[in-house]
Amino acid sequence: MTPMQIIFILTAAATLSAAVLVVTTRNIIHAALWLIVSLFGVAVFYVLLNAGFFAVVQVVIYIGAIAILFIFAVMLTRRLMSDSGPQSNTNWWLAAVISVLLFVGLIWMLSSWRGVTGEPPVLKSNIDTIGLLGRALVSPDGFVLPFELASVLLVAALIGAIYVAWERK
Amino acid sequence: MMVPLSWYLIFSAALFCVGLFGVLSRKNAVAILMGIELMLNAVNVNLIAFWRYRSPSFIAGQAFAIIVFAVAASEVAVGLALIISIYRRRNTVVADEIDMMKF
Repeated sequence: MTPMQIIFILTAAATLSAAVLVVTTRNIIHAALWLIVSLFGVAVFYVLLNAGFFAVVQVVIYIGAIAILFIFAVMLTRRLMSDSGPQSNTNWWLAAVISVLLFVGLIWMLSSWRGVTGEPPVLKSNIDTIGLLGRALVSPDGFVLPFELASVLLVAALIGAIYVAWERK
Repeated sequence: MMVPLSWYLIFSAALFCVGLFGVLSRKNAVAILMGIELMLNAVNVNLIAFWRYRSPSFIAGQAFAIIVFAVAASEVAVGLALIISIYRRRNTVVADEIDMMKF
């Protein structure tokens, strides 16, 4: 057990238990707060994977924007869905069976693939992944077209969201 | 000795299945969107783990993950706007009760 593996196991346990609480808690505000814990755990995984930029983006976009949007939406739609009643529909056991089956299937598929073992390639100490990513996103040989398409999609989605949520008199 | 790739894949499979359970079992439409967010995060962990373990000099894995981030942000903005609009017109956020296109 190296320190990295211990950190991995602790973070995975915290993230997964927070995720289970997100999908089972009755109080929907608490579910949103557990979602923040879970997203933060995923940010720790990005740090472990040498993707520091993604850890920052995860905190800024997911925790800073998306989770706050969730809390606002919960507060705007709260009155009718009280926290006392059951929060799961009557087929929740079927959902549990499907999820467990999918997990078992994925593990079976992974165990039959030989590529999962082995050490990661060593990152060269002078490699600048953030610089590489930034240049790849704006260079015509790289990913400038998908990047611009994603930004157009984001603008269209946000304008659409404002239009849909607009309160007409 | 670093963490093997299989640990990341098992973790993200578990996170994906927890999110799927939330999507399938929750009544509240906002909670369903939270399950979708967990699933998208599991996908992103997978993408970054494969980038780090298989091809760290080739940046396409990270670029793909950036696109997933943008799509997740637009998905949640549109989804929550729809839920708020439905709440104004129909006074409900229970997914079972939203069964008419026009009210």
